[in-house]
Amino acid sequence: MSAPAVAAHSAPAKAPGRSLAAWWQALPLASVFVLFFLIPLALVLTVSFWDFNEYELLPGFTLKNYFAIFEGCGSGADLCVTFKTYLSTFKFSLLVWLITLVTGFTVSYFLAFHVRSQGAQTLLFVLCTIPFWTSNVIRMISWVPLLGRNGLVNQSLLGMGVVSQPVEWLLFSDFSVVLAFVHLYTMFMIVPIFNSMMRIDRSLIEAANDSGASAWQTLWNVIVPLSRTGIIIGSIFVLTIVMGDFVTIGVMGGQQIASIGKVIQVQTSYLQFPLAAANAVILLAVVLMIIWALTRLVDIRKEL
Amino acid sequence: MRNDRHSPGFWLLAAFFALFVLFLYGPMFIIVLLSFQGPEGGLTFPLRGVSLHWFHKLAEGLGVVDIGAALKRSLGLGLAVTAFTVLFSVLAGLAFRKKLAGGNTLFFVVVASLIMPSIIVSLGIGLEFRLLDGGIKKLLELLGMDSALEGYGTALGLFTSALGAHLTWTLPFGLLIMFAVFNRFNPAYEEAARDLGATPWQGFRHVVLPLIAPSVVGIGMFGFTLSWDEIARTSQAIGDVNTLPLELQGLTTTVTTPAIYALGTVTTVVSLGVVALAMGLAWWLGKRQKKGQR
Repeated sequence: MSAPAVAAHSAPAKAPGRSLAAWWQALPLASVFVLFFLIPLALVLTVSFWDFNEYELLPGFTLKNYFAIFEGCGSGADLCVTFKTYLSTFKFSLLVWLITLVTGFTVSYFLAFHVRSQGAQTLLFVLCTIPFWTSNVIRMISWVPLLGRNGLVNQSLLGMGVVSQPVEWLLFSDFSVVLAFVHLYTMFMIVPIFNSMMRIDRSLIEAANDSGASAWQTLWNVIVPLSRTGIIIGSIFVLTIVMGDFVTIGVMGGQQIASIGKVIQVQTSYLQFPLAAANAVILLAVVLMIIWALTRLVDIRKEL
Repeated sequence: MRNDRHSPGFWLLAAFFALFVLFLYGPMFIIVLLSFQGPEGGLTFPLRGVSLHWFHKLAEGLGVVDIGAALKRSLGLGLAVTAFTVLFSVLAGLAFRKKLAGGNTLFFVVVASLIMPSIIVSLGIGLEFRLLDGGIKKLLELLGMDSALEGYGTALGLFTSALGAHLTWTLPFGLLIMFAVFNRFNPAYEEAARDLGATPWQGFRHVVLPLIAPSVVGIGMFGFTLSWDEIARTSQAIGDVNTLPLELQGLTTTVTTPAIYALGTVTTVVSLGVVALAMGLAWWLGKRQKKGQR
């Protein structure tokens, strides 16, 4: 069974073959990405500089969409809407990243170094990945019977006399949004980190033990640095997903919490394509900066 | 480290893992359980009776939403996405084994598609097809084809824009799996086939394909299950009709009966059924292959 090979592998071994045949074989896949990825991205960039009225898009070159997004951002003590929305999205990203990183790392560490039999290892790993193949929305609403106003958690808290009124912030709140993100996307941390850990030469661990390192020292000085690639790949996945999300924040926030993805979605539904496109360009720039920073992080640590 | 199986550390980690698995599966079990309630059942516990009532309700349709039609659309799209994902990934996987001009660029684009926020891809595809609509309408007008112009709706659709949107999400997984497979692939079998006079097609059909078959099944499974649940990339790129997950997303705010849990049970059973089928098939193919080698 092929485990989801999320980790980027180096180019596979080259078998002798004619270049032309290779080109034809890659053509269908390449055309899909040209037609449905590269051209759309180029259009988003182009249209972000267009004008529009209630009926149609007006080709041209104007920066007014970008000015509209940052209107009022330079002045006053209060943050403008755009900055507030980004701040809220950053908050979610950071929280979810920290929790998924710690959880994902711990689960992978247990699987890779503490489960001895290979059969059990594979079985438990698959157990962690199966929910990934089921519906995200269903996994979100599956929290309703637990966290709702009359849900299991509130019933238990009331029954035990811990609270006298049902707790309201369990569902359709920042808490439920973070919980759902962790529930849905810890898998994106587990797979690359587990993959990295399985490539660690076991004799290094033994060497550390023989040199008198404690389990903690081995973990921190051997396993964490050698799992770096997996940690970075997992982090990129989780951060880009949360930064661009609008479905989870929508459903779990009761459609009340703002996010950049949601702004883009709403503007699209009002057919304000140039505005939505400008927002998408800014979001893309922010996400690229995060990825760049993360990859720099690896290099810097390698230098030290 | 490997000898401390029964150390407190091991048990602590094992407990953490067990809690994590409970966290993953617990809520899902609860909604499956709640979907089988009697007619008086509500969204939370206690469980009121046992029946298939909410599944009958579901079959009748929820409000204005025709669940059956959405289900058929999602199945059709899922099967198309599966077929294209398998075919294009395997072909591209073979291409990357040879000298492929621009291979690095292509790989970079595929990975970029995987981590690109879905809303941006979706918006871009939606824009592309709307501009295409505008172009087609202008063209029809220029050609004076008035009846065709009146009849023309939009190029956005299930098997045009939505199919493309899904492929930008499933193909990266397919290609990465092919890379993982061919990284571990021993070319000696193929060379032997070639030495014995097999054509490239015969070599692929009778030697390479049987060896990679379990992973090809895995690619198909990714293709179907990812498409079956896709929302973010489809949302702005589908036009008038909706897939099942999109309908489901809309229903979360309007439906307040266990019927929505019944829908959850149905879609989860389909997903898990496909996963089980694929894993079983891959296991069987792997076993047959080992037997053949002996």
